[in-house]
Amino acid sequence: MLILQNLSDALILACTYILMAAGLTMVYGVLKVLHIAHASVYTVGAFIGVLVFSWIGNFWLALLCAMLISGVFGVLIYRSTYFYLLNAPRTVPLIASVGMFVMFTDLLQKNFLMGPYQRAFPAAGAGLPAIQTTWLSLTPKQLLILLVTLGLLVLLYFLLTRTRLGLSWQAASMDREMAAAVGINLNRSIAANFFLGSALAGAAGVLVGVYNNSVFATMGDLPSYKAFIIIVLGGMGSLPGAILASLLLAIVENFMVASIGYVLPRDSIAFLVLILMLMFRPNGLLGRE
Amino acid sequence: MSSGYIVTIFTFVAIYISLALSLNILTGYAGQISLGHAAFLGIGAYTSAVLAVRYGLPFWVDFLAAVVITGIIGTILGLPSLRVRHDFLVLATMGVNFVVVSVFKYVDFFRGAMGLVNIPAPTILGLTFRGGAPYLTLTAIYALLTLAVCWYLSKTWSGLAFHAIRNDEDAAASVGVGSARYKIYAFGISAALAGGAGSLYAHFLGSVFPDNFVFVESIGMLSMVIFGGIGTLRGPIIGAIFLRLMPELFRFIQDYRFTLYGALLVLMMLFQPMGLLGKDSWLWKFSTRLLPGNRTSMREEIP
Repeated sequence: MLILQNLSDALILACTYILMAAGLTMVYGVLKVLHIAHASVYTVGAFIGVLVFSWIGNFWLALLCAMLISGVFGVLIYRSTYFYLLNAPRTVPLIASVGMFVMFTDLLQKNFLMGPYQRAFPAAGAGLPAIQTTWLSLTPKQLLILLVTLGLLVLLYFLLTRTRLGLSWQAASMDREMAAAVGINLNRSIAANFFLGSALAGAAGVLVGVYNNSVFATMGDLPSYKAFIIIVLGGMGSLPGAILASLLLAIVENFMVASIGYVLPRDSIAFLVLILMLMFRPNGLLGRE
Repeated sequence: MSSGYIVTIFTFVAIYISLALSLNILTGYAGQISLGHAAFLGIGAYTSAVLAVRYGLPFWVDFLAAVVITGIIGTILGLPSLRVRHDFLVLATMGVNFVVVSVFKYVDFFRGAMGLVNIPAPTILGLTFRGGAPYLTLTAIYALLTLAVCWYLSKTWSGLAFHAIRNDEDAAASVGVGSARYKIYAFGISAALAGGAGSLYAHFLGSVFPDNFVFVESIGMLSMVIFGGIGTLRGPIIGAIFLRLMPELFRFIQDYRFTLYGALLVLMMLFQPMGLLGKDSWLWKFSTRLLPGNRTSMREEIP
């Protein structure tokens, strides 16, 4: 079944998009900043993952370390820049973000970090089996991506809806000043938001690194541009929207490539979808403003 | 460092001054932030290159065609800005950049990643401008022309309309400024000027490749505008000069120049968000205080 095979490919692609876009849309929800340096966080995650994996050899430990360190990296980014720019015009944090992106991309390409070459990430499927049924066939790697993404999404759902921290994010994304006025510790809540969003990006980096068996310094660029498209499609700052848009984009990309071939490369299809959609629904699929 | 090398660097500086100034019309004056200006540079360069290489047309035809065609495409691409605001527009312009580059890359007419090569040197009134000081003069004249357009715009009703739209689109509309019309103007003029710079760029290099016009280039141009001082005439000029020369000046830390470039942008945003010579920047305040007779002219800048 070619169509079903396409669908499961699309699903796996969507999973990596979701993890990347979830972090971005969370940051956007609270700070209203286009966090371009998110790409660097993703790359750092993949890099840490590959380092720990080659050192210890356990995928799950590598994933955990990558998430922790990219989370901390995200918080550092927030505390060193965005924290001071909370009340500045929107261009200011945007340019600061661009600056960080340029800086980190350059630094990561240096030999004492990742170097200008690709590294293999031979984690295979972390010991998971392949699934082969009549309606679904997944390789171990694909199953791994699916399970990790689902696990993280469930965790995220509970954090957002069942904890004080999650409620404080929701409040902060509605109205930052009002949230502060009713006694929410904004600093702590935004920092936690960055930690979680960046940890998700780190996980995405590790999973994509394993899936393609390659990790390199500029691997974050394209996924982060796509994540921007996704958070726009889904409505800025809306998490369910981001998930829906990830699925939609992955399906459209896969079917366009499968059906009309390479008239345009898949990556510009995404931008074409974005521009067309903005013309008709300027606030995104599930956005309200 | 030969003198030819220095002339080449300054030729690029002049081209980028025109680009930064043209982006400033859109972003600084009309407040429409664009992360896709390299697309307009690319459209201008490719228009010129196609006409020169494929059809053998003379330089002045290419140049004018680049200005007009890029202007028209810019006007069309400005249409989304009527529906889309703020961050959505930033992402839409970024998308335009990606789509334009991939059209150059994957449509056979533009010879894909091989690029268009052997673009002849421009000939004006029997004089051939191949590299060196003559070409530098040509690009400098174009930069001055762009500056004149910007200066003229800042003095007219359109300039005031841009200013009003930037500050508050709804308020501008409520006092009768047709924001749609002026946004489209800003896109058109900005793109047309960038197209001219693209034509000069193509004829200077003698070849164009899709990778010359990628998203990172757009980031660079926006950085020039913001680094120098957004919305002013002096800012983009200083920004273009400084950011183009910086990698050359800091050649001794060759390997780390982009790290430094990024760090500089971050520091700038943290400490001087209005740019090096923007309104309220300490350097500008300091230098205006030094000039005699300027003591009282601390009036609000009207771009």
